[in-house]
Amino acid sequence: MANSKSAYSFAGKKQKPDTHIIVVWVDNEAGVLARVVGLFSGRGYNIESLAVAEVDQKQNISRITIVTTGTPQVVDQIKLQLKKLVPVHKVADFKREDKNVIFKEMALFKFVANNGKLNKAFEACKNFNPVILDKTNKSNVIQITALRREIDTMSKNLKKFGLVSVSRTGAVAMTRGSEIFK
Amino acid sequence: MPKLYSGAEIVFKCLEDQNVSHIFGYPGGAVLPIYDELKNFNSIKHILVRHEQGAGHAAEGYARSTGKPGVLLVTSGPGATNAVTALTDAYMDSVPLVCITGQVPTHLIGTDAFQECDTTGITRPCTKHNWLVKDINDLAEVMHKAFEVATTGRPGPVLVDIPKDIQFQKSKYKNYKKNKKLNGKSHDNYTQKNIDELINLISKAKKPIFYTGGGVINSGTKASELLRELVYTTGFPITSTLQGLGCFPADDNQFLGMLGMHGTYEANNAMYSCDLMINVGARFDDRITGKIDEFSPKSKKVHIDIDPSSINKNVKVDLAIVGDIKSVLTSTLKTFKKSKNNFSKSNKHQISNWWEQIQKWRSKRSLDYIGSEETIKPQYAIERLYELTKDKDTYITTEVGQHQMWAAQHYKFNKPNRWMTSGGLGTMGYGLPAAVGVQIAHPKKLVIDIAGEASVLMTMQEMSTAVQYNLPIKIFILNNEYMGMVRQWQELLHDKNYSESYTAALPDFVKMAEAYGCVGIRAKTPEELDDKIIEMLNTDRPVIFDCLVDKQENCFPMIPSGKPHNQMLLGPKDQKEKKITGKGRTLV
Repeated sequence: MANSKSAYSFAGKKQKPDTHIIVVWVDNEAGVLARVVGLFSGRGYNIESLAVAEVDQKQNISRITIVTTGTPQVVDQIKLQLKKLVPVHKVADFKREDKNVIFKEMALFKFVANNGKLNKAFEACKNFNPVILDKTNKSNVIQITALRREIDTMSKNLKKFGLVSVSRTGAVAMTRGSEIFK
Repeated sequence: MPKLYSGAEIVFKCLEDQNVSHIFGYPGGAVLPIYDELKNFNSIKHILVRHEQGAGHAAEGYARSTGKPGVLLVTSGPGATNAVTALTDAYMDSVPLVCITGQVPTHLIGTDAFQECDTTGITRPCTKHNWLVKDINDLAEVMHKAFEVATTGRPGPVLVDIPKDIQFQKSKYKNYKKNKKLNGKSHDNYTQKNIDELINLISKAKKPIFYTGGGVINSGTKASELLRELVYTTGFPITSTLQGLGCFPADDNQFLGMLGMHGTYEANNAMYSCDLMINVGARFDDRITGKIDEFSPKSKKVHIDIDPSSINKNVKVDLAIVGDIKSVLTSTLKTFKKSKNNFSKSNKHQISNWWEQIQKWRSKRSLDYIGSEETIKPQYAIERLYELTKDKDTYITTEVGQHQMWAAQHYKFNKPNRWMTSGGLGTMGYGLPAAVGVQIAHPKKLVIDIAGEASVLMTMQEMSTAVQYNLPIKIFILNNEYMGMVRQWQELLHDKNYSESYTAALPDFVKMAEAYGCVGIRAKTPEELDDKIIEMLNTDRPVIFDCLVDKQENCFPMIPSGKPHNQMLLGPKDQKEKKITGKGRTLV
């Protein structure tokens, strides 16, 4: 690609994909999630995780948080294509490395083991705000909140303490400080 | 107490308030209440097609030739799925359509009822937006919003799915106030600074070119006028995409012809070598750019488009101006007049070398072909058709294939909205029903579908529609018995293995015309061609014109896929030297 000053200094193939968190505010109406998700699958974009719920009952607004990977050009297209959807009000986009944004994911772990192992399991979770939601003499359910890769590691490491089932949400995001998404 | 209307009545009241005069459709179980109401609304005329795809393309033809949205009305299940091709076609080519579909009653939705399908699910990726109306009180607002979404910003198709029970239920009707912005979406996002920057680039350019597209046509006839003014003021050369033909007069000296895969040598070389490219309402489609890594490597690129997602999608640009073409061109001309009053004089010198270069490319005469006295060359047929119809205000539709490219190359368009062709989706069978829609919108005008014999057979049944409504459309078939473009690619890429591209057992088109109750004409030799065309033009009824053309002719010039603009194939001699190899073979 010789002597290209303008158009191809930005060629898609040469760019490195980054992980982005895309937050979308939509009218909470039938089919809206299918529109957003269908846009991703139809255009070949990637979804790593997805979290969606209504956040404003009065105005009927849902907030969708999508973790995706893509080159800057792809991420730009994702945002612009999302903005074109009729029920979409606004779109925000953050890099995962962004220090000004909090990303959290929640996980529920079920352990079946003896008391000693169950205690060790709880101990191992202590950096991630563990809460015991259910307990019997041979099992318990622990809730933690953490980053995606921390939960990945935890699910691997906790196997030895009798982890039998994992349920986790997609990531949700919020800016730090008094700033809000615009 | 305000009057209550049934859902079916509300549908028509909305159409009336939207000034809809024609709808194209086909009845069926789930839309019967709407069809029953048709008799009470005299201002709306229903055109009965023979297949729902035909309804969609007819509505497209209507929309593209008038600038108004086209409306179609079809039933649930197969009615809706048959319309999907036309909706996708309209989506790709940015044509405003409102499709109303019937649906099974709400209590049967999800039970796999007779003629039930997930219409909104199926059409979600091929519409700008769609609605399933589950509450009669929402119907009026949804209908009006449908028209608003279809026509604002970058136009496109929308769909409203109405269950049968909703068509019977009653509600109040109120007209709808158009919002200033649809969910906060605005379409003019440019500033005066952008315009100043554009003018600065224009005044510095030594090798400029305008590259214009369908966006100019979609922005209205005024946009075409403004474009002409700007092109004349600057003295720059201009080329157009397939969809943009007609927004600048094709017989003007500043027009370089169409660009892209089958564009002219001068247009493509000018695109490759320019230092300033001003894209007005085009989208850097792959048929235009060729090999994207080597697309116009030395130019500054300006992109004017109403759709922000078109900017930097395929090609990174240096200056993006997001807005309606008409409004952007108005501001540009206004600023131009203020700051550079004598521009065209001072500029002439600056771009004179560029024009000299362009004349050299032009002298290659890339659209020339080898004539024949025995067989009708397809290019010759189009040339004669043009010469014999150019004094009339003619509307041309096409199918998809070689004939479409020859029509684009050899028929000269001087006005917008006169050229209806399926570019984005490339739908064979588009042209005949589109001609029906165009003729409905312009009953007194000459409407010709330039067709191929393979394409036209895909929607041939719509001849019956043309006969029913006395639509004197002319179906001008360039008959070479092959799917010509498929055969051309097989010749170039697959060692002449003409796998399944020859149509054996073609019907006799003249007899077929008679069977439909219209007129069939056949031309076999160049000698008789003119007389036969004149006979066609003098027939005030639908005509199927079977023009038997050279079976081996290929469409040139051509940029082979995987090659940049400056490596065109100019004709049969050229292609041996520039054989398509490697990666180019996998592209389409």
